[in-house]
Amino acid sequence: MSKQPTRTIKVETLARVEGEGALYVKLKGDQVQDVKLKIYEPPRFFEAFLRGRHFSELPDIVARICGICPIAYQMSAVHAVERALGAGIDPAVRLLRRLFYCGEWIESHALHVYMLHAPDFLGYPDAIAMARDHQATVQQGLRLKKAGNRIVALMGGREIHPVSAAVGGFYKAPSKSALKDLVDELKWALDASLATASWVSGLDFPDFEQDYEFVSLFHPEEYPFNEGRIVSNRGLDIDASEYEGNFTEQHVQHSNALHSVLRGRDSYMVGPMARFNLNFDKLPDVAQQAARDCGLQVPCRNPFRSIVVRAIELVFACHEALRVIREYEPPPVPRVQAAARASTGQAATEAPRGLLYHRYDLDRHGLISSAKIVPPTSQNQKRIEEDLWHFVNQVATRPAQEITWKCEQAVRNYDPCISCATHFLRLHLERD
Amino acid sequence: MALCIIGCGNFDRGDDAAGLLVARRLHALGVETLGAEIIEQSAGSFSLMDSWFGFDHVILVDAIAPRGTPGQVQVWKAHADRLPEDVFPCSTHAFGVREAVELARVMNRLPHTLLIYGIEGKRFFLGAPPSPEVERAVVSVAERLVMWVSDSLVQTPKRPPRDTFG
Repeated sequence: MSKQPTRTIKVETLARVEGEGALYVKLKGDQVQDVKLKIYEPPRFFEAFLRGRHFSELPDIVARICGICPIAYQMSAVHAVERALGAGIDPAVRLLRRLFYCGEWIESHALHVYMLHAPDFLGYPDAIAMARDHQATVQQGLRLKKAGNRIVALMGGREIHPVSAAVGGFYKAPSKSALKDLVDELKWALDASLATASWVSGLDFPDFEQDYEFVSLFHPEEYPFNEGRIVSNRGLDIDASEYEGNFTEQHVQHSNALHSVLRGRDSYMVGPMARFNLNFDKLPDVAQQAARDCGLQVPCRNPFRSIVVRAIELVFACHEALRVIREYEPPPVPRVQAAARASTGQAATEAPRGLLYHRYDLDRHGLISSAKIVPPTSQNQKRIEEDLWHFVNQVATRPAQEITWKCEQAVRNYDPCISCATHFLRLHLERD
Repeated sequence: MALCIIGCGNFDRGDDAAGLLVARRLHALGVETLGAEIIEQSAGSFSLMDSWFGFDHVILVDAIAPRGTPGQVQVWKAHADRLPEDVFPCSTHAFGVREAVELARVMNRLPHTLLIYGIEGKRFFLGAPPSPEVERAVVSVAERLVMWVSDSLVQTPKRPPRDTFG
């Protein structure tokens, strides 16, 4: 019997992902022997930093966890504390939080669709090379991203690490006229998002489907941002307070990010595809129709089509932002005061990359005695490795350079945020 | 001549604050009264094209990667020459100053002149203060820029009305 050669593919530093990670794939002949998504960015110990801090400091500290999705961190944090303290918020504040999240989804999804993921499909090493041949397209992507930035800057006081979110509401609520200034650009952004969906639906997608357990928030009346039960397509239906009883994090030697799994089950997927598949009927008609026009079916199980799903969520976010602005009446006060008490609160909200869980234990003075944060990339990490186990077998006969490209593309399906997860990619491909 | 000086960086990551510190020093020295606009840019490199939109002449100051000579200053004429790789620390999603400049070059969005002052950093970890070498370089670069602006600008027109970047 002839000995089959072993090949090792290594990506030493994954490009076009947030944070630092590497990928290692070992092949024997054309069969995968091992796959490791190595997250070597050091842990950042945010949960430890939070101990001893007053809950009022929380939004500003957790915003520092991520430059791309600070609002998600702020929203999960303030909702968890409000649940702990029994603090209700004004309906207008609830609307404003949805608008805030729209801004983050627009800037994050536009960035990923145009600058990070589209070059993979079009055969370019990066957005700069893509812009040489597709200048108008890249320009559209940058303008879309900027439309999201404008919402974040208005709502949060600045584009990066916003400072306005607070337990009980916002430090300052915008005027109606300030929000109306966004309308013309958001109308353009809605049209551009529809064009984006149409464009990306015409890309070539590998024939690759997996039997995922999708996990996302579910709200009976709306596409989820801040509220809802945590559900899955396999019967999970829990309140955020039951999260830790149903999910667990496992340490693996090759990663500084914990692998999150469903207790008694296994890996699962969070993010745009999970939200889309579990909440399709909550999308506005314009987004549902756009999805149908793009050929998306529910459930969508091809992770490479996540770029189309993100475009549909862009349509949703622009449409939702316009709805909120139309309906907005400023609250009597921008935030309600929450009285400190010894308590525990949990909340999950939908970051652009997926479910983001926070839990805080507070003492009677409102100081944080312990914190737990489970970011979406940590939840998707095991699922990414499992995708690669199956996907590499499909492309194993190809040259190493092509395998490397395809593997990076498969990882980018998840728009991983490694900085968050460590609190991504070098590919190492090995063949015997 | 519409001129702006953009200081890039992150105050929370040691020497990565170099560009921002130069911008603050220029502001304290009253450079704006000479007709130059000072911009602090911490919002990620994707926003750089917006920051310099409408200006003919731009000076950008940022920290550059350690090479064993912290505080050393290098200047590039980015409007004329491509920037070297592996010099500027990467920002979010590996899109840093070099990528923003090269994308702007491809998209014909570079200002008429773009000078980039790179201050070599020593430590970039979260919570670190700037190194003494970089603090000295900040003072030196600010002095050079004040002199450059004083020599170059006779009462310049203010920045033209800002159009929407599309």
